[in-house]
Amino acid sequence: MIQFDTVHKRFPNGTTAVHDLTLDMPEGGVTVFVGSSGCGKTTSLRMINRMVDPTSGTIRVGGRDVLEQDAAELRRSIGYVIQQSGLFPHRTVLDNIATVPLLLGWGRRKARARAAELLETVGLTAEAGKRYPHQLSGGQQQRVGVARALAADPPVLLMDEPFGAVDPVVRTQLQDELLRLQQELNKTIVFVTHDIDEAVRLGDRIAVFRTGGHLVQCAPPAELLARPADDFVADFLGAERGLKLLSLTTLADVGQGPAPEGTGWELVLDAARKPLLWRDEGTSAEVPVRPLRDSDSLLSALNESIAAPGGLVARVDADGVLTGVTSRDEIHDRAGLAHIAAGTRLDTPEDAGDTSDTAVHEDTDVAS
Amino acid sequence: MTIDWSWISEHTSDLTTLTLSHLQAALSAVVLGLVISLPLAVVAHRVKPLRGFLLGFSNVLFTIPSIAVFVLLLPVSGLTRTTTVIGLTIYTLVVLLRNTVEGLDSVPAKTKEAAKAMGTRPLRTLLTVELPLALPVIMAGVRIATVMAISLVSVATYIGDGGLGQLFTDGFQRNFPTPVIAGVVLTLLLALAADAVLVAVQYVLTPWTRRRRSA
Repeated sequence: MIQFDTVHKRFPNGTTAVHDLTLDMPEGGVTVFVGSSGCGKTTSLRMINRMVDPTSGTIRVGGRDVLEQDAAELRRSIGYVIQQSGLFPHRTVLDNIATVPLLLGWGRRKARARAAELLETVGLTAEAGKRYPHQLSGGQQQRVGVARALAADPPVLLMDEPFGAVDPVVRTQLQDELLRLQQELNKTIVFVTHDIDEAVRLGDRIAVFRTGGHLVQCAPPAELLARPADDFVADFLGAERGLKLLSLTTLADVGQGPAPEGTGWELVLDAARKPLLWRDEGTSAEVPVRPLRDSDSLLSALNESIAAPGGLVARVDADGVLTGVTSRDEIHDRAGLAHIAAGTRLDTPEDAGDTSDTAVHEDTDVAS
Repeated sequence: MTIDWSWISEHTSDLTTLTLSHLQAALSAVVLGLVISLPLAVVAHRVKPLRGFLLGFSNVLFTIPSIAVFVLLLPVSGLTRTTTVIGLTIYTLVVLLRNTVEGLDSVPAKTKEAAKAMGTRPLRTLLTVELPLALPVIMAGVRIATVMAISLVSVATYIGDGGLGQLFTDGFQRNFPTPVIAGVVLTLLLALAADAVLVAVQYVLTPWTRRRRSA
């Protein structure tokens, strides 16, 4: 859908922002550009809709060279979510969302109707549409920014650190919403961030950039975390990249058994068989329980297995009713397996040799 | 110094005519000043090297004594209303040009960037994004320029115009204070009324600036 072919960008002051970038982003799916500031990730994004033009090389969107298209018309066909929302302060929320439809000549009535529809899509009330941007919270403004980008239903969405300016709780909400929207709309999204956790959460593929505009590695998050291409990527992913990898695997296929009796800690349930707390049978000491669902990650299971007395994780179904417990050892084993699987699953024939050891290891693990 | 009310009641129609003439001269100057300063401000805003020159030039014009301006204009446009308006326009330029440039400067870069990224072309961005957002600062300039023009019209009495200013010469020459007081009061009221109208216009034109964040 979006192809970079040996794209080079040198600014007039002599700095090279992007160095011979070749990258192919398939239709549908989220590609996240990460890297520290000055690595060329934002410049690369901005070259897609010609906010910046490359010094050399070709960028194609939907097979068409962007430089051969009228810049303004190209931009109307690509959604763009800007840092700190970039809303028009003098237009109501509804008119902000209607910007591109109006530029495309839809007419005011149709553009407003579409905007009202999108307001709902991003989880805002019709009442919010009549307000001005400064009357909304930061999180709400970001939602409007997303709605505005989606207004003309563009196949491609560019997002430049869209959630950088909101607090962590709201950021997580917005990330969840984006994932939900993406499931519904299946756009080709390019997302820029410097936050590796955000990249792992949102990305189908992550492209890591190094200062000087070099693309170091582009891979699905699990592969990137399990097998960083070099020390730079490994450093960038951070010391906890093993744990980050666990955030990508769910508990769904991890076994569970009945809660053991007479081990000292008893899981107290309410009348509906929902876990309430752990109670020590001897001293009657009580410890809160945080039951997990199948959709929760292996990382939260590991966390809970450390926090829970006796190392047992209470598992519940969608209604919160107890289905069983999983032991710390079982979670640990599964965590190790997840690592190995991530390291070998995506092997290409030419580098299979590097990882033959771990591949064999996995076989034995699975067999035992 | 007492006011001769009977003189006032005998001259209400003259006073009305002079007030309207005064207002017309001042408003023409402000409108003409806006017409000239808007494009110049856009140029000064976009072409940085010209900015200092344009603002400096308008400052220099401002320092020319007003009577000198009218005298210099006499060979060109004679003892006419045109001379009055041109002279006044020169004085409005310094305020209008500077405020319009500052207004355009005050538009957040992020907002202009957003307009561009949505596919808005430069002229449309200027008309629908930059000028509306610059409006509060531009209107502040328009208010100063208007009040200034209203007070300056009287100077044109030297070339036989001057609106309410004619009452001053009349009063001085006859050593009769009533017309002078009437002229001063009417000029003051005119300035206050014009300013109030401009505040109302701005209120109507900038709805986004008046509603505060609600809880």
